[in-house]
Amino acid sequence: MASLVGSRVERKEDKRFLTGKGRYTADINLANQTYAIFVRSPHARASIKKLNIDKALKSSGVVSILTGKEIADDKIGGLIAGWAIRSEDGTEMKCPGNPPLAKDNVNFVGDPVAVVIAESLAEAKEAAEKVEVDYKVLKAVTSTADAMNGDTIHEGIDKNLCFDWLLGDRQKVKEAFDKADKVISIDIINNRLIPNAMEPRACVADYNAASEEITLYTTSQNPHLSRLIMSAFGNVAPEHKLRVVAPDVGGGFGSKINVYNEDIVCSWAAKKINRAIKWVAERSESFLTDIHGRDHVTHAELAVTKDGKFLGFKNETIANLGAYARVFGTVTPTYLFGPCATGVYEIPAAYTNVKAVYTNTAPVDAYRGAGRPEATYTIERLVEKASMELGIDKTELRIKNFPTAFPFKQTLVHTVDSGDYVAGMEKAKQMADYKGFDARRKESEAKGKLRGIGVTSYFEACGIAPSAAVMSLGCGVGLWESAEVRFNPTGQVTVYTGSHSHGQSHQTTFAQIAADELGVPIENIDIVHGDTDKGTFGMGTYGSRSLAVGGIAIVNACKKIVEKGKRVTAKMLEANPEDVEFKDGEFIVSKSNKKKTIGEVAFACYLPGVRDEMKSPLPEGDEPGLKETSFYDPSNFSFPAGTHIAEVEIDPETGHVKLEKYTACDDFGRIINPMVVEGQVHGGLAQGIGQALYENAEYDETGQLMTGSYMDYTMPRADNFPEFNIGYTCTHATTNPLGVKGCGEAGAIAAPPTVMNAVIDALGGQEVTMPATAEKVWKACKNLKKSNAKAA
Amino acid sequence: MFKSYWVKILIKGEIMGKISLEVNGRKVEKEASDNTLLSTFLREHLQLTGTHIGCDTSQCGACVVHVDGNSLKSCTALAADVNGSKVTTIEGLETNGKMHPMQEAFKKLHGLQCGFCTPGMVMSAVDLLQKNKKPSDTEIRDWLEGNICRCTGYQNIVSAVKEAATKM
Repeated sequence: MASLVGSRVERKEDKRFLTGKGRYTADINLANQTYAIFVRSPHARASIKKLNIDKALKSSGVVSILTGKEIADDKIGGLIAGWAIRSEDGTEMKCPGNPPLAKDNVNFVGDPVAVVIAESLAEAKEAAEKVEVDYKVLKAVTSTADAMNGDTIHEGIDKNLCFDWLLGDRQKVKEAFDKADKVISIDIINNRLIPNAMEPRACVADYNAASEEITLYTTSQNPHLSRLIMSAFGNVAPEHKLRVVAPDVGGGFGSKINVYNEDIVCSWAAKKINRAIKWVAERSESFLTDIHGRDHVTHAELAVTKDGKFLGFKNETIANLGAYARVFGTVTPTYLFGPCATGVYEIPAAYTNVKAVYTNTAPVDAYRGAGRPEATYTIERLVEKASMELGIDKTELRIKNFPTAFPFKQTLVHTVDSGDYVAGMEKAKQMADYKGFDARRKESEAKGKLRGIGVTSYFEACGIAPSAAVMSLGCGVGLWESAEVRFNPTGQVTVYTGSHSHGQSHQTTFAQIAADELGVPIENIDIVHGDTDKGTFGMGTYGSRSLAVGGIAIVNACKKIVEKGKRVTAKMLEANPEDVEFKDGEFIVSKSNKKKTIGEVAFACYLPGVRDEMKSPLPEGDEPGLKETSFYDPSNFSFPAGTHIAEVEIDPETGHVKLEKYTACDDFGRIINPMVVEGQVHGGLAQGIGQALYENAEYDETGQLMTGSYMDYTMPRADNFPEFNIGYTCTHATTNPLGVKGCGEAGAIAAPPTVMNAVIDALGGQEVTMPATAEKVWKACKNLKKSNAKAA
Repeated sequence: MFKSYWVKILIKGEIMGKISLEVNGRKVEKEASDNTLLSTFLREHLQLTGTHIGCDTSQCGACVVHVDGNSLKSCTALAADVNGSKVTTIEGLETNGKMHPMQEAFKKLHGLQCGFCTPGMVMSAVDLLQKNKKPSDTEIRDWLEGNICRCTGYQNIVSAVKEAATKM
């Protein structure tokens, strides 16, 4: 039987999506359901003086109106930060309470203060208009850089500072800088982004008074984790009385990791009114209340010798957390950021210091890449600047500082098990025709255009797990993953995974893995996920962990099935279990022609007997049935890496940046389905290029979101991109049996510095902040003209 | 007088009317308030939930359907406005259980990931090929400018449209 792992298998999930049969949360309607509309703060910072619902209650069709008071009275808990970070001085981070409905204070535009539940959506909307809230508006804090000088947002949290964290050794770095021939320094802003999954968030909550069970259908990347948080911290219901279902989910990119206010409020309220409640976000609500990403202000320095060896690195960053610290809010700018900030280079001394600040803006949390794009942007902009200042070719300078051997003990935390960064660089250069750039630049110049080339070499730590490691760093839960493999008596297989697919293709790639492990045709394998009532507890999908953690749990559960199958075959065929081999779905007794198919073995496990004979095929000690579970906790993160090269052409008359070529050469370890991996790379690149050239979330000084619709927030569209040139090198991960590393975030990590390095190269080294809009670039072109004229 | 009429229709939706359409080849007739959007009519009144709502402002294109053969963003059209028309939604593209060449091409070339923008994207792409049988890459990208996809980076969508053009 040919192996499916490594083949371009078409997706099992596609037909339903292509024929309109997907079932997303907003498609679910329950009998007798009501509709919820949230009353949200129009102010970024205010205290609530009075909240009057009398008029609204009289509005037609209103079933109930609930406020922060009822939620507090019922002791419903708030939203939480999932990682505890300790400051350099040893103190614990400071987190404010974040009630699902604000009672006393609101802290960002969109912070919900009440929920109106009515018979129809139109009636809920109309009644919501009649809720009267008397706010005392306070001065908002919105700037990341100045947040520490602003008014105190949360009582008791001085300077709006959640923590002041250090990773690395300041003294060693100082010594390294003292020895340097040259110090390259840079000030950069990592612009704030809005994830914008195309499916707006939604939930439908239902209460069954007979079983006293709440069911919540919600747009989540991790239904089990949501249930845990809603139960343990939200106090909504004990876990065995709370079922969370994340059906088809239309993209997440990190924004659907969090449990949100609406999940808790609708679940709690459904029980209160003993009816189902449906809430679907409008896009404007998504802009205001989905978590945002990035938003760093950084000063970084690189100490180098004159021939280009890196000696030391320092990174001083202010990270905006928004109004509250959420699930991955505090780890994103720390352990997902700091360890990767030294990039793919051997740098003997380094430190990263992060001050995480609260502002009156939407909470900032994990968005595709989470911390690693910010880290990569910092080091790769710095290295590119070093290449300009030292006059060393940008690819040579990088190669000079790559690790020469693996495992590579990276400066701050990670030990990278495998990779070949030089091979990746060489292949990328070849794919991009790096040598031919000068000629292309001259052609552009002849047309009056500016042309630039940018390079990024990156690595990232993903496959987010080892529980022991993450918990020692402050994570509130272990980050293993589970799988359960169930054989039916008639031979088909159902695989339950705790991971979740919202575009990642689990139904196909996970089935490919199980098909190879078990020798069962892929048509006879179903992957089930997204329902806490089905399968074992799992941690969900983020940090490119589905395959590297969840996929391995499936492999391990399959291996247990095979082990049992060998024992059963041995008993059935009167052989020694050690003499039974398994290959392509058959258990074969070695040196004989005796064999059983896995289907026959499964059948025997469920029907362990023969008429007129008192003989069971089950060995002593083995129970009937064929079902195995695995909870897999890897020994390390996984470390994809690669080199990307971009070329841009700028029209100095308009400032328009045209991305002419984009080359990505990545090492994701073993590839299960090349078609799916290619799709993940393309999508990541589009988001990374979006950050560099188009996207930006902007608040004004009063805390109003200025980019709150698709008219104002520039989403990348089909006509913004060239055809991407994608290639791979491959070194297998040594820390998991499949040798896989993860591919979901690479594009979003590598693309921003690659594109910006190209833009800045075209502009003769002039710094431009992301996004490099026509206006900014046009101004830079004018400066360039002036300085050229002066030089002449 | 005139103002209160519009308030009644557009804000309160108090005026009910009969909407008659031919949807995916089937005649349908339903009572609906005059402020019912075509997207709402399809999703809530006919349970055709393949048409998605991604932005409410006619920007993202997840709601694209065909009305009398032309693509239209159904979240910004009133059902009453298209009364009497022939509407095709993503659910109506198959013939005798066989997917349309555009659907087949999206599957073959991985033109979708989470599937949310897909119905609108496919309906737009089918309309493009109705109007331009052999579009260039640039023409495809320009045409699809009104459909946002956050997952695919568009490349495989463009390839799928080109592939479908060879099969239609």
